[in-house]
Amino acid sequence: MARKVSTTRKAVMTALAWGIAIVIFFPILWTILTSFKTEADAIASPPRFLDFDWTLQSYAEVQSRSNYFSHFLNSVIIALGSTAVGLLVAIPAAWSMAFQPARRTRDVLMWMLSTKMMPAVGVLIPIYILFQRFGLLDSRVGVLVVLMLINLPIIVWMLYTYFREIPAEILEAARMDGARLWDEIRHVLAPMAVPGIASTALLNVILAWNEAFWTLNLTTANAAPLTTFIAGYSSPEGLFYAKLSAASTMAIAPILILGWFSQKQLVRGLTFGAVK
Amino acid sequence: MATQHQRSLARLMVAPSVILLFAWMIVPLAMTLWFSFQRYNLLDPTQTGFAGFINYTYFLGDPGFWTALWNTLLLVGGVLAVTVAGGIALALLIDQPIWGQGVVRILVIAPFLVMPTVSALVWKNMLMNPTNGLFAYAAQSLGFQPIDFLAEIPLLSIIIIVAWQWLPFATLILLTSLQSLDSEQMEAAEMDGASAWSRFRFLILPHLNRAITVVILIETIFLLNVFAEILVTTNGGPGYESTNLTYLVYSLALLQFDVGGASAGGIVAVILANIVALFLMRGIGKALD
Repeated sequence: MARKVSTTRKAVMTALAWGIAIVIFFPILWTILTSFKTEADAIASPPRFLDFDWTLQSYAEVQSRSNYFSHFLNSVIIALGSTAVGLLVAIPAAWSMAFQPARRTRDVLMWMLSTKMMPAVGVLIPIYILFQRFGLLDSRVGVLVVLMLINLPIIVWMLYTYFREIPAEILEAARMDGARLWDEIRHVLAPMAVPGIASTALLNVILAWNEAFWTLNLTTANAAPLTTFIAGYSSPEGLFYAKLSAASTMAIAPILILGWFSQKQLVRGLTFGAVK
Repeated sequence: MATQHQRSLARLMVAPSVILLFAWMIVPLAMTLWFSFQRYNLLDPTQTGFAGFINYTYFLGDPGFWTALWNTLLLVGGVLAVTVAGGIALALLIDQPIWGQGVVRILVIAPFLVMPTVSALVWKNMLMNPTNGLFAYAAQSLGFQPIDFLAEIPLLSIIIIVAWQWLPFATLILLTSLQSLDSEQMEAAEMDGASAWSRFRFLILPHLNRAITVVILIETIFLLNVFAEILVTTNGGPGYESTNLTYLVYSLALLQFDVGGASAGGIVAVILANIVALFLMRGIGKALD
């Protein structure tokens, strides 16, 4: 039986929810609007909401002045690369823990989770010095590896919770039928595992794209992804609101879109499968 | 039954992850520990050799440390309080029958998807700036003196920015948990004349318990490491007013090049995080079962 709700109550709740949602979203909306203004309109007082001359000028300037696209590309390479390598390492581990759990599997999983508790500054100095010695500072490979390592526990956990939902009996049956390991993987496991792997990859791309401790400390120019590039606007360029907004809008747009489509996976991945 | 062969194959499959994570944790941590007992300053190569506990007494005796420790606790505690309480309220509201629930959800989770350097700079320049920011304009049009947020109340301003980033996370997790609440039970309670408050207190809150634990754990992990938001807004200042432990160790290492002192700070941070973890892991161990 559906609960009967008076229309008045629904209307009030709707107004309240929308009001709060718009307040929360406002800084992002304001950034997007400002990115289409001229610098003069951007700091106009009183502020202009929609009645300004819409222009793409700031976008063009951000690109021509600072080679924005190369930083965008760095973000793409680092986020996708660290995700791909992470999956390569984590899939076998999660797979075997889900289907061949040993006595210590649970401890190993909890230990992996606990490595996330280690503060980054505990290892910042050695990593920095090692990177310096081996010429990895400001290199894409270096950041890619570090981001892969910090997200590895989340990838293993998330894959583990997905794989555990695949009924083991199906594997047994395929084996009984004499399927070789390769056939087993290709025809039985892959179709069932792909959605979980895709969700894991999605979450990891989001996390890697937004990671802002290691990227800020280990990159300066050549390998700098968008996090580092935008940090360069802290002063005094940040006072050019339209350009700051244009650079920011381009930096957050891909992840906003990805994230909106993957709310469920976000919950599951970030809670290590505890909330679904 | 798993054969011997299968078992060793299983171990082989887990090995790369375990070895990589172990190397990532142990090697640098051991190096940090080693450096923390050395005289090691990148600006002064003549200073070498065993330092004993000098780096530790120096770090712990620095008034900056106690301020940073206190700021870290305020930052983590403040953001947790705001996001958990706000998240529960917001999740309850969005869970009501409303029009456009999907869009409301999308708008609410958006801040969590924005990279930290962007959120911090947008708040710093476009909202909190004392001359051109929107808050200053709002204050002026209401006849108040605009506040220079990041100079006058730097830590509180950073708490506001970070809470804005994490409120969506708490809301999303709690909403997901709320939606798995048995609605028949709720209706039965309502029929029996249970008040809204007692339904919340005795039905909803116990149901959310696990999700709240998870939110606190995950947020604590990330909040202890808040860095970018401080770097691009206040640089830890004025003085040490908005410096947390992460930022303090960073500034010792990469701004003052005092490797020994920064390493001691890193080890102190690790120990403190472990104390926190000890409490949290107990709660989370239960929640993950």
